[in-house]
Amino acid sequence: MTTVPTITLGPLLFNWTADQWSDFYARIADEAPIDRVCLGEVVCSKRLPFYINRLPDAIERLQRAGKQVILSSLALVTLKRERRMCMDLAASGDLEIEVNDLTMLSHLKRDQRFTVGPLINVYNEGTLAYLAQRGATRVCLPPELPLASVEMLSHEAIFYGIEPEIWAFGRVPLAISGRCYHARVHGLAKDNCRFVCGEDSDGLGVDTLDGEAFLAVNGVQTLSSTCCSLLENIDQLISAGVTSFRMSPHSGDMVAVARLFRRVLDREIEGREAGDALGTLLPGMVFSNGFLRGSHGAAFERA
Amino acid sequence: MRSPHVPELVCPAGTPAALRAAVDAGADSVYCGFCDETNARNFPGLNFTPAELGEGARYAHAGGAKVLVAINTFPRAGALGTWHRAIDEAARAGADAVILADIGLLAYARERHPDLRRHLSVQAAAANADAIRFYVEEFGVRRVVLPRVLTVNEIAAINKEVSCETEVFVFGGLCVMAEGRCSLSSYATGKSPNMNGVCSPASHVHYREEKGELVSRLGEFTIDRVPRHEPAPYPTLCKGCFSAGDYRGHVFEYPVSLDAAALVPQLLKAGVTAFKIEGRQRSRSYIRDVVTSFRRAVDAEVAGEPIPPGALQRLSEGQTTTAGAYRKTWR
Repeated sequence: MTTVPTITLGPLLFNWTADQWSDFYARIADEAPIDRVCLGEVVCSKRLPFYINRLPDAIERLQRAGKQVILSSLALVTLKRERRMCMDLAASGDLEIEVNDLTMLSHLKRDQRFTVGPLINVYNEGTLAYLAQRGATRVCLPPELPLASVEMLSHEAIFYGIEPEIWAFGRVPLAISGRCYHARVHGLAKDNCRFVCGEDSDGLGVDTLDGEAFLAVNGVQTLSSTCCSLLENIDQLISAGVTSFRMSPHSGDMVAVARLFRRVLDREIEGREAGDALGTLLPGMVFSNGFLRGSHGAAFERA
Repeated sequence: MRSPHVPELVCPAGTPAALRAAVDAGADSVYCGFCDETNARNFPGLNFTPAELGEGARYAHAGGAKVLVAINTFPRAGALGTWHRAIDEAARAGADAVILADIGLLAYARERHPDLRRHLSVQAAAANADAIRFYVEEFGVRRVVLPRVLTVNEIAAINKEVSCETEVFVFGGLCVMAEGRCSLSSYATGKSPNMNGVCSPASHVHYREEKGELVSRLGEFTIDRVPRHEPAPYPTLCKGCFSAGDYRGHVFEYPVSLDAAALVPQLLKAGVTAFKIEGRQRSRSYIRDVVTSFRRAVDAEVAGEPIPPGALQRLSEGQTTTAGAYRKTWR
């Protein structure tokens, strides 16, 4: 079976202003060779009110540009307001929903189709079988999986008619907490956070005491400091059965990043050459692909 | 069925000797795991063979205690057999419940061992009543171990809504991240709680002295630096000292452990069925002391007497403790 591999733009994980948000998705709609775009708040329910009224226009513009729009659910659901967000999302209409917490499955109807986000623990074929039977159409595998697992799960997914997707670009989401670290490092409480996370458009870097770049905090979320890039692993991943590649929005030129991925997927250029171009595009960025290689996640080995 | 006012004390056992110590000290239940990657305390020299589990279950049952078997990692693709066998062995050994996190395993247990009680591990991070309802309805889960991201009030609200029992951690190690959803350890070491049952494993810890300081490293990253004469905490990644912007210090959490003993009365009122003590990696004597103290505290509370002061304090001596997420200010 030959499928044309597709590109998904994952949900924006960071707290951008409403104008930045609108401009970003307008440009994605008009210029990026991306097949589908996930919109919505995954990290912190307090951020959604800032841009919720921008959603209809963005959805319309993206759809007009031929892109599928998916609505993403919140990753950690504890408050009443957050449970309501999930319930409203399930009833919101005809757009497919990306499930980022299994809370969503208590609201989705038995025959309702959905996408599974990378924060859901899909480690094995038993879990995949359950999700297939519940209506999953696409599964973005957890970023910490090694290639052997990716390969096995991709083949299994295709057997179930599920599209296997991989975390291919962006700082890796590593943890989520009840505690807001952005507020904490600013000496604030979560309930009175003054939205300090908005100061860091790609998260706030966390360095070791020896000055090594290590992690990044984004509100209640912790990400890698490195930017995962599987651009140079695309051949391997295609052989392993992966058919969809996820890029996570960052403040750099995402249209250019998407074009590089598209060109490698279309076999116009080699991964190695694209990797060089990516380095030029994002100077100073440290890349990683260690999880895929079964090493520690921060490691990077070029093709 | 026990009265809802008498909580079940759920105690850890990493070895058969610790299991006996916990039962003798008054544990209502003991939880343990097999010697492999199927459980989240996959440490060298720890845990049970199937035969030891059978023996342990007999000892516990004779002492009026239950045995709960934690099979709470996420099976590796293509290796499901190891995890399925663990569930089969737990059933065969006479376990009173299995503690599971993976939905594929929950489905397997429900189908193959419908009469074996299924508890939802904290690793599943079911943090609200809707998520819990999903696990109850889909997999017949009878008890949920609540993630350590909730306040006492939120726990009370959950208990009003759900039809299953809840269990909460009251003492021992403390994760600051939603458990089962954390890859920090594998980012630094390649070994994770979800896949390997370990966090910040000792195999990847190195210490070195530098300019009068002891530097603790995890994989290729410095987790802490302390003056040479000061005690160096174990370099658990999320308890490390880092810098972020202008802040320099414990970005995520101090090297603290959980002590919610003072909240026992409120947690009881919140409708919690079971109190869980962390520490399958701890020694038999630690288990004996901590179970004895908690037994006393819980019995006093149930009898309407004051909790004996200082009963638990000495167990966390030299360590700083916190009530963690149970108090809202923690967030």
